[in-house]
Amino acid sequence: MAVHQPLPDLPPPPSERGLWGWFRQNLFSTWYNSIASLVVGYLLIIWLGPVINWALISAVWTGEGTDDCRPGAACWIFIQQRLGFFLYGFYPAELRWRPNIVFVLFLITVVPQFFPRAPGRKWLALFGITGLPVLGFVLINGGFFGLDPVATSRWGGLMLTLILAYVGIIAALPIGVVLALGRRSEMPVIRGICVTFIEFWRAVPLITILFMASVMLPLFLPQGVSFDKLLRALIGITLFQSAYMAEVVRGGLQAIPKGQYEAAQALGFGYWRSMRLIILPQALKIVIPGIANTVISLFKDTTLVLIIGLFDLLGAVRSTLSDPAWRSVAAEGYLFVALCFWIFCFGMSRYSHNLEKKLDTGHKT
Amino acid sequence: MNSEEHIIAPVESAAADEDIIIVRDLNKWFGQFHVLKSLNLNVKKGERIVICGPSGSGKSTFIRCINHLEAHQRGEIIVDGVVLNEDLKNIEAIRREVGMVFQHFNLFPHLSVLENCLLAPIWVRKTPRKEAIEIAMEYLERVKIPEQAHKYPGQLSGGQQQRVAIARSLCMKPKIMLFDEPTSALDPEMIKEVLDVMIELAGSGMTMLCVTHEMGFAKTVADRVIFMDGGECVEEGPPQSFFNNPQQPRTREFLDQILQH
Ligand SMILES: Nc1ncnc2c1ncn2[C@@H]1O[C@H](COP(=O)(O)OP(=O)(O)OP(=O)(O)O)[C@@H](O)[C@H]1O
Ligand SMILES: [Mg+2]
Repeated sequence: MAVHQPLPDLPPPPSERGLWGWFRQNLFSTWYNSIASLVVGYLLIIWLGPVINWALISAVWTGEGTDDCRPGAACWIFIQQRLGFFLYGFYPAELRWRPNIVFVLFLITVVPQFFPRAPGRKWLALFGITGLPVLGFVLINGGFFGLDPVATSRWGGLMLTLILAYVGIIAALPIGVVLALGRRSEMPVIRGICVTFIEFWRAVPLITILFMASVMLPLFLPQGVSFDKLLRALIGITLFQSAYMAEVVRGGLQAIPKGQYEAAQALGFGYWRSMRLIILPQALKIVIPGIANTVISLFKDTTLVLIIGLFDLLGAVRSTLSDPAWRSVAAEGYLFVALCFWIFCFGMSRYSHNLEKKLDTGHKT
Repeated sequence: MNSEEHIIAPVESAAADEDIIIVRDLNKWFGQFHVLKSLNLNVKKGERIVICGPSGSGKSTFIRCINHLEAHQRGEIIVDGVVLNEDLKNIEAIRREVGMVFQHFNLFPHLSVLENCLLAPIWVRKTPRKEAIEIAMEYLERVKIPEQAHKYPGQLSGGQQQRVAIARSLCMKPKIMLFDEPTSALDPEMIKEVLDVMIELAGSGMTMLCVTHEMGFAKTVADRVIFMDGGECVEEGPPQSFFNNPQQPRTREFLDQILQH
């Protein structure tokens, strides 16, 4: 019998490379695939063509007012003229450097989070969830260190949207985690409180909560005590979304095999340490898509504050459109709002994908 | 499965006189179901005990009572001089001294092999990180996988994972090691590498309680073999007499069944 000779390792076959290779493989691999690609391509051109023409090619970019606009072309003068209001609401123009500083700090903490190798990334994140909100409040609200106070009723536009979303997100996630742990607690009282809380907030529409916060809450507060409207909205949004977050996190906790808890216990870890070091890192990783979903929906739900008289980005654009001078440019206004929201939400979506990839430690056992 | 080929020369017994585990009249119920019925066991320091028995006889439940992964309802368990009761301080103190190896490894998949071995020494024992790394590498070397230290558990074979799990427990420098069917989730060719590590550990004088069906291992290292059935200890004795001359018909039946293959 011949002695078995192992076969040598061969390099994998080269896959088709480059743009043309990709096209051939994905769009024109078979005759019916080619026909489908051509038909879809044709439809895209005849539908998208006019839209691109309207929005970009023949659009009007500069001018004084609606008189400079042309029919059949987008009128971006509207955005250009009212940009200050869309970004800051009624925030005094001469003080806008203050939110600007906060925004720059926000970018400095957030942008490096997209690059795993950025130096000091973790410290920036820590600053982002602790120092930045405090510093942001001091700067934007004023009233400290000789800074002129600016009432929250004058905050608005994209600035308000970002404040609501940012504070909502960094508060809803930890509250959600605590609620999820509480709901799985073995202590009936704690479990009961958490279940009641979650089921209450989850079962009421956010819009109702906001109405209640602005109409009902003052009825129950003692005379003379006023409660900032923005703060009420912020609390409403945060608690509402933390109930959702709790259920997302609970899903992750439930997916962790019992063996992980037991291994942690057997090594002598107490409850809080085993949660923090062993269970939650795994559970949160599993539910990154769900967390991203909740965070994105929180971001978009901030637009609902418009019904209680706060002028977020959408509110600012809408209120401008009720001005007779700008009535004809509603499409441009809403497109602008959509684009702003899309940029932020898409950013969050990309970030969650990055995070998922980075935290992937090989197939499960 | 042919476990006979794992046999090497019997490991010298290291049992001292001192009782490190004392179990008296241990009873446990799952609801109405009486799982453990009046178990008694004294384990001397350095003694190696193999527990076997049919599926559902309560072997896992028994050894899980010893580090209080399961609570018992009647009787007394004293481990290393500490009485196990509902006091969390006692429980955590005992768990620090008692290592446990599971059937399904239960490594932490989000941490590298090295970090798996560092976590408990650093957070539970408060060992400085540098020292913890030295200890971890020493034990990874002892289980013969120092080169995998920076891989994640998901990238290792079952046998390698189980060896990491053993190293992870040893890094806490436990006085007692519990094994719950450490090889029964493994492919045959990986069983030996894990048993070799356990035999080596037995040789170092570790107090061991092993639930296993590897009779070759039992003959090699056990000071005593315990046969459980229906939550009771049916028979116990040194491996020689246990295997060659079982007293109870139930034991004989069980041994016939597992040694047939
Ligand atoms: N958490 C639990 N709740 C209720 N019954 C349980 C629980 N855990 C185990 N049991 C039951 O207790 C009995 C003993 O279980 P145990 O796991 O200790 O058996 P075992 O001897 O280890 O069996 P195996 O060889 O299959 O691992 C079984 O009948 C099992 O169904
Ligand atoms: Mg078992």
